[in-house]
This record gives sequence, C-alpha cells and structure tokens, in this order.
Amino acid sequence: MHLIREIFKSQNFVIGFVIFTIIFLSTIILPFFLKGDPLEIVGGLFYKPGTYINVSDTIEAKKYELKIDTLSNKISSLITQKDQDLMREWLVKYCNTVSEEEVKVAQHPMELVELWLKHYDPNIKMEGTTIAYRKSLSRLHQKIEKIFSDEGYVIAEKNSETGELAIVQELANNSYVHMSEIPNKRTFILGTDNFGRDVFTELISAIWNSIKIGFVAGSVATLIGLVVGLLAGYVGGMVDDILTFITNLLTVIPSFIILILISVSLGGKGNDIMTTALVIGITAWPWTARSVRAQTLSLKNRDHVNLSKLSGHSLVRIIIRDILPYVASYVTMAYILQVASAILAEAQLSMLGLGPRTTEIATLGLMLRWAIQFQAPLSGAWWAFIPVILSIALITFSLNLMNTGLDQVFNPQLRQN
Amino acid sequence: MTTSNDVILSGRGVTRVFGYGKKKVVAVNKVDFDFKKGEIVSIVGESGSGKSTLAKMILGLLNLTEGQIYYKGAPRDISTHKKRKEYWKSIQAIFQDPYSSYNIFTKVDSILLDCIKMKWGKDLAKEKKIELMSQACSFVNLEYDELANKYPFELSGGQMQRLMIARIFLLKPEVLIADEPTSMIDACSRSTILDMLLKLRDEINMTIVFITHDIGLAYYVSDSIYVMKDGVFVEKGNADDIILNPKADYTRRLINDVPKIYEKWDLSSA
Amino acid sequence: MGKTILKVKDLRTKYVTRYKESVYAVDGVSLELEEGKSLGIAGESGCGKSTLALSLMGYYFTPLHYISGTIEIDGKIVTDMKPDDVRKNILGTEIAYIPQAAMNALNPTQKIINFIEDVVRAHYPKKSKKDIYDLACERFESLNLSREILGKYPVELSGGMKQRTVIAISTILSPKVLIADEPTSALDVSSQKVVIKMLKNLMEREIVKSMIFITHELPLLYNVTDDIMVMYAGQIVEKGTAEEVVFDPLHPYSKALMNSMIVPEAGMKDVKLTPIPGVPPSLKNPPPGCRFAERCKHASSTCKTEKIPEVYTEDGRMYRCLLTRDQLKGGKE
Repeated sequence: MHLIREIFKSQNFVIGFVIFTIIFLSTIILPFFLKGDPLEIVGGLFYKPGTYINVSDTIEAKKYELKIDTLSNKISSLITQKDQDLMREWLVKYCNTVSEEEVKVAQHPMELVELWLKHYDPNIKMEGTTIAYRKSLSRLHQKIEKIFSDEGYVIAEKNSETGELAIVQELANNSYVHMSEIPNKRTFILGTDNFGRDVFTELISAIWNSIKIGFVAGSVATLIGLVVGLLAGYVGGMVDDILTFITNLLTVIPSFIILILISVSLGGKGNDIMTTALVIGITAWPWTARSVRAQTLSLKNRDHVNLSKLSGHSLVRIIIRDILPYVASYVTMAYILQVASAILAEAQLSMLGLGPRTTEIATLGLMLRWAIQFQAPLSGAWWAFIPVILSIALITFSLNLMNTGLDQVFNPQLRQN
Repeated sequence: MTTSNDVILSGRGVTRVFGYGKKKVVAVNKVDFDFKKGEIVSIVGESGSGKSTLAKMILGLLNLTEGQIYYKGAPRDISTHKKRKEYWKSIQAIFQDPYSSYNIFTKVDSILLDCIKMKWGKDLAKEKKIELMSQACSFVNLEYDELANKYPFELSGGQMQRLMIARIFLLKPEVLIADEPTSMIDACSRSTILDMLLKLRDEINMTIVFITHDIGLAYYVSDSIYVMKDGVFVEKGNADDIILNPKADYTRRLINDVPKIYEKWDLSSA
Repeated sequence: MGKTILKVKDLRTKYVTRYKESVYAVDGVSLELEEGKSLGIAGESGCGKSTLALSLMGYYFTPLHYISGTIEIDGKIVTDMKPDDVRKNILGTEIAYIPQAAMNALNPTQKIINFIEDVVRAHYPKKSKKDIYDLACERFESLNLSREILGKYPVELSGGMKQRTVIAISTILSPKVLIADEPTSALDVSSQKVVIKMLKNLMEREIVKSMIFITHELPLLYNVTDDIMVMYAGQIVEKGTAEEVVFDPLHPYSKALMNSMIVPEAGMKDVKLTPIPGVPPSLKNPPPGCRFAERCKHASSTCKTEKIPEVYTEDGRMYRCLLTRDQLKGGKE
C-alpha cells in the first residue's frame, strides 16, 4: 500500500530500520562463523582483547629469520618510564663523567640507554643512598645488558625419568614464526569477561536473547494493553471501572516486586528467559492500555461508529472494524516503544539479580551485572561493559528512531519542511 | 404530500441529564413530541439547545434518563441487541458530516452491503445484491459501477451524502432523522439533497425529522416546526404559523436575527 | 466616486502540495475597492475566496506562492515590496485580515491585553504599556465591548465575544482595508447579528475605510455589503452592486447561486430550488476555456476551449461569459 511507501520515505525510519536490521542480522548470521559456546569458559579474569598464541606451538613451529632490528622495539617496551627516570637521576646526581646537558639531550630511550651503558659504574660512591636503591640500579643494568646481549635462548626438554635437561632447540633473537603455522591461537575481539568467557561471542548471543525478550515482552504488553484499552473505552460502565482499577493497580506496583515474588516461588535459582519476558510484558501493558482507552473513548462517538450501530453490527465487529484500524497507527508505534523499553527493563532486572540464570543464558543485563560486580570499570577492563552499553544504546536508539519516523508519517504536523 | 393522522413516533417527558452533583447538565428537559406518518418535521435550535441529544435518544443511541418514547403507540423497548436491530429497521439517520460518516478503511459499497444484510439477511444471491445497489445508486444519480471499488476519500462531499441517501433508499425506514444534512454541502448541491429526501418521502410515506439551526431551511421544507431552546420546546406547530406568526419571543428573535432578502434585516436590536 | 484604496490587477497565486503539485487557487483576479465602500465576495467552498483573502495581504509563506499580478494599497505597490517591509508597514497598519473562526487565534494562556501588546509592539516597539492599555480601552468601548475583557483569558469568553475581540484587535491600528473571511460562520444566529453590527460600526466610525467580506451565505452579503463579486474556480465570474447581483444575476453560476438561497420569509415555500449537477473543476489543471462549462446549460464547444474574457456592461457591471446579456436572459431556467 501507498502507506508503506510513505513510511520508507521517512529518513528517520529508514536509518533506524537499517541499524536495527544490521544488528539483528548479525546476531543470526555471525554465530555460524563463530565457533564455541558463548557460555564456555575459555580464559581467565578479564583478559584483554587481542590474539593469544600458544607458546609451545611457537617453539615447535618453523622458524624464520628476519633481519629486523629487534633492539629498539625491545627497549621501547621493556624500559619503563620509571627505569628512565632512575637512569636520568643517577646520571645527573652521581655520575661525574657526564654533564647535565648531555643527559638532557638524550631524549629517546635508546640514546639514554647508550649513555648509561657508557657511563655506568657500580663502584662510584653514592652517599646517603639505601641498599635497595643500589640494588635496583644493578638490576636495571643487568636488564639492559641482557637486552643488548646477542644471546638467545635454548629450549630444553626434561627427561621424565632422569629429570635431565636435554637441549632441543636454540632460539636466536631474530627468529620469527608465521601466524598461520601456529595451530593453537585464539583471538578475543573483546577479550574475556570475569568468568573467562569470550565477550564477543557472548555479546552476540546476549543481543539475540535480549531482542527475543524484547519482542516477546513487547508483544505480550501490547496485546494485553490493546484488548484492555479497547474494552474499557468502548464498553464503559462497570467493565471500564474494573479494568481501569486493575490498570492503576499494576501501574503502582513496580515490576521487580512481582519478579521477586516469582523468583522466590520458583526457589530462588533465577528464572528462565521466557519467564522474564512474560513478567516484563505483564507489568508493562498499563500505559498502552491507558492511551488506547483514551483514543477509544473519543472514537466511540464518531459518526461512522453510530452508523455501524444503526446498521445492526455487533459490539465485537464495531470494535474490530470501526475502532481498531483507527488506533492501529498508534499501536504500532506503542509496540516499538514497548520492545525498546522491555530490552531496557531486562537489563535493569538482570542487574538487580532478578533476571534469567547466568549459567544458562547470556543477556545484556547479565553481562553488565557481572562486569560491575567484578569491578570491571575500576580495573580498566572496558571491554567487559562498554560494548554491552553501546549495544543497548544502539538497539534502543534505532527502535526509537523508527518510531519517530512512523510518528512523522502518521502525524503530518510533526514533519519538518 | 400525503399525511395520515397516525402518530408514528412520540415522546412524553423525555429527559437527559449528564453528569451529577454540581456539574449536572440537563441537556433535554421533559419534552413531549408527536410525529405523524409521512410528516416532515424540523427541530430548530441554536447550538447547545439539546437538539442533537434529543435526536440521539430518538435513534436509540443514547439512553433516556427519564420519560418514555412511544413507537406506533406502544412504549419502545430496545433493551436487547436483537430488539435494537428490529427498531433500526424502521428508524434510520443521516448525519451532518459526510466525511466522518464513513469508515475510511473500507470501500464505499460496504455501507450498502451492510444495509442489504440487515434487511434481507446474508443469503441473498450476489446478482440480486448488485441489482439492489445499482437501483439505490441511480435513485441518487450515482453510478454503482463507478463507485463500487472506491474508498471514501476518493469521493466528493456531495457524492458521499447522496450515498447516505441511497442507503436510506435501500432500507426504506418509517422514520428518518436527518441531523443537519446540508450544512456541510455547497449551496448548489443543497437542493439536490433536499429534493431526494422529499422524493423518498413521497414514494414510501417516510417521516423525516430534520435537526437544524437554519430556520429558513426548516420553513422551506417542513410541515411542522419545533423550536428548541435550552432543552425545552418553546414553540411547536404548523410551519407557516410559526414563521409568519411567531408567538414565543425566542422564535421571533430567531427569525429576526436571520438576514433576509425581501424584508429589511433589523440590526438595531443587536 | 471616492478614491480607490485597493487596486488589484490580474493576481495569480498558487499552493504547492506535498507532492510538488501546483494548485492555482487564484487565477487572474482583478478588483478595485473605493474608500468608504464594502465589497462582498460570494462563492462556495473550494472556489479560492479564502486564498484570495490571504493573497491580498501581500505576505506569502509556504505553501502559498505568489505568481504574478499587482496589489496596490493606497498608492503603495505591495507586490514590489520585500516581505519584511510588508510585515512591518503593511500588515495590520494598512490592511488587516480576520480568518474564519478567528477566535481560535487567541492564545489560551495569555490575557487579552497581553495579546494586544504583542500586536501593537510588533509595529510600534516603543509604545508603553499604559499607552497600549488606553488605546485598547478607548477602542473597545467605542465598539461596545467592555474594558473588563482586556483582563480576561480567552477561555472565559463566549464564541461571539471572542470573535468580536479578535476583530477589535485586528483593527486596533486602524488599517485602511479590512478583510473578513467568513467571520460569522462558526457562530449562531444571534451572535452573528452582533458581529455584523460591529463590522458596520467600524466602517461608520471610519476606523477602517473599506471592507472586503467573504462568505458563502448570500442573504448576509446582501444586507452587509455595497457591491458583490461572485467567485468560481479561482476566477471572478460576476461583479456588480448587491442589488444587481442578487436580483438580476447575469452569469449562469451566479443565477444558480442566487436560486439556492433559503430564507424564512413568506413566499419561500413557493420557490423551487434548482439544483446544478457536477462539481467545480480541479485547480491543479484548470480547463483552458470556461470553468463552469461542464455544468452550464448554455455551454457550447467554444465555451470549453476559448479563454473567456471579462465583459463590462454599460451600467458598470462585469460578467465572464461568451454570451451576450440578452442571450443569457433568454432560455429557460
């Protein structure tokens, strides 16, 4: 119908729809490419994102010699700022073979190190320094010497009977291996969470579950709200009074109290995904019911409804043919908002520990919960919670954008010129 | 113009109150009326006089707070849906705004099909249905084939109002309540609508009750006039008597306030 | 013959719809309005009379666009002026417009006097609150409106009262021309009378010099205005004095319109109203010839293809038809 064309002309709707579809499709398609169970514990606490390569495999793999200078990279990463400060301090304070300007000029760690190697003398008297300080200097010197030594390592295997070490391999400093020849490696795009699960795989699964909860809860809420609103508005009288009373009652009681009651009755082990969805749905319908009722009230006095009555139509037929299509545009928008708010509600509930069982399923809320419980933000493990937050934000944002687009189509006054 | 002296619809002490306590509004206050068969009656009043409320009560769309309406001499009983359906075979309405009288999601012939179903039941043959609908459309100068698959927003106001009359032609009720049927129609099409209604009345001796604020229209088209103000009838009687010899002050003022052509419009009392 | 206060020549304006189609609502309108006189524009819904009213103001905003033509108010050529100029110097001070159901223009959250302050300050930013209040009181009282209204909110006033308030506010800067678009259609009969009396009062006291009154209700025009112009499908089809147009219409459409008047007077019952079949043409693609030809009983094939000029009679009337006066008079109605 021409209405659908109109909807797809709306910029907001299309952008929202595209974003949501991308997310949705990735949760369906990506699992085929990702191996592994999202709930499988593969690593340790908050491993950083990146590729992890099995060290024994590298020893066994074919070695390639690359004529690249390994020294400056080693120096840059192994000589910390603390080490540099230590060196500078000693050179300026206690060394008398080098001037202050020379130290200042040596900005680059490499230059500093060269200066050190030239002038370091453990025998120079350092008045008033502790033993620990002197020992740290010698350790630093050893470290630097080690870096500069050209010797590599030897690999020895231990004989299981005699305990003797037999040299198997010699590793030079410039031997490299090729990534594809290493059989055991694992890339964690988003690292691991507190349990050691692969965050990325878990995230995809969590998004899918949260979307599922969102749609189930949204459908339940919209359906109940629609039926209650239509009946209360159209039939009026005692039916309206009872239904409005129930609506108000449910508005006042927060959903988590109902959830606590349900989880207590289930034995405190946590819920499964459908129970959570149902509970969210059952507590979210009141606001839909209220607005549908208001619209029905104003529609029931319209001429076409009166004419239907005069043509002998039954109550059910009038509600379905003469009232429902007129609230349909509103209900569609309400549905989208219900889905978005259900996803958020699940996140909130899981964070309070009232959501689905962690051991069985991954949801966005659960991931957030564990991240906070294990203090991921404090320990700098951003990968454990920032992607989750972004996903929630993106999903609800795209749904709301679709909603705004629909609103503009149905309500021409809201269109911008 | 044939009138028999049978009173087909009457009311005694008909009252409607909205709200309660301090916010009580008495829209219709103990009115009595008698409509004869084949008569054209107008209920004239300004906005807020209660005429639309009275019309809805006569139609059975609104309950009476007090009083009784009599149909063909006996008290009207519309307590069940079935009884209401029976009642609506004899009493129908056309409304003021042709645009809002149609369900915009259904095609226009559904209006006529619903009437056929109401009067002849579901089991009528398809060709017979089309024949009836074409007949009804040609009575109102519309082509059934042109309209059949259209939606309400594809027609003009005049066409939609005429389709409403086609619906009445199919149902042939005893009484028609016409609530401001021409106020939203162009002046040139107005007489078309009025002519069609009068023709229907002549053919089937249908009583027509016009609800209007236009006293000129009431005079032009009716046999008797009821003048309504604040929920009561201030004057009722033969159209000529009321317009040419108004007795109530309100009626006199109502007639004076309308701009005229042949008499001078007296603005001094404003 | 007084001096001409409003002169419009061949004005054309259009609406551009959401689907980028143009609707030529005002398609070549010319008129002259003298000081001290009132002109009525009669027509049915969709003929373009409200668009004409808006177009005469000289201030255009989407979707209404100006195409061509000139508007001259008291010597000033409005169509040559910049929109900002028009807003400051023409609107409200030279020409004022009262839309249909103008009472809805009142801001429900503001008192009437605040609204008036806004209006006056838009043109005279320096006027003090006291001056504005005095001006409002004086004007309201001279128009039989109590000064207590100034302190009230719109919700406290009745429909008729609101309409009269809006008329008083629109004319507070004493514009030369007042355009009233269906000022009484949303009111009941008794309020209508009061509003009409007020409009006549405005002219008698020379608060406004001339008035254009737009309505589809003919008996009203006959009693209110000096001259009448009949509009159909974006064009003027007849012009003349009120007497002439009502009792001796020339154009077939004017005849049909006059024949559809219903008044509660003796003799009305004997009148046979003649219906006119068909509907006005769409203004997206106006027909090249006469726009009334589809519904006219005198129509010939030339009527449908040739451009119909305005014909001026010796006694100062105008009608737009190819036939002569006598040809139109003859023939059965």
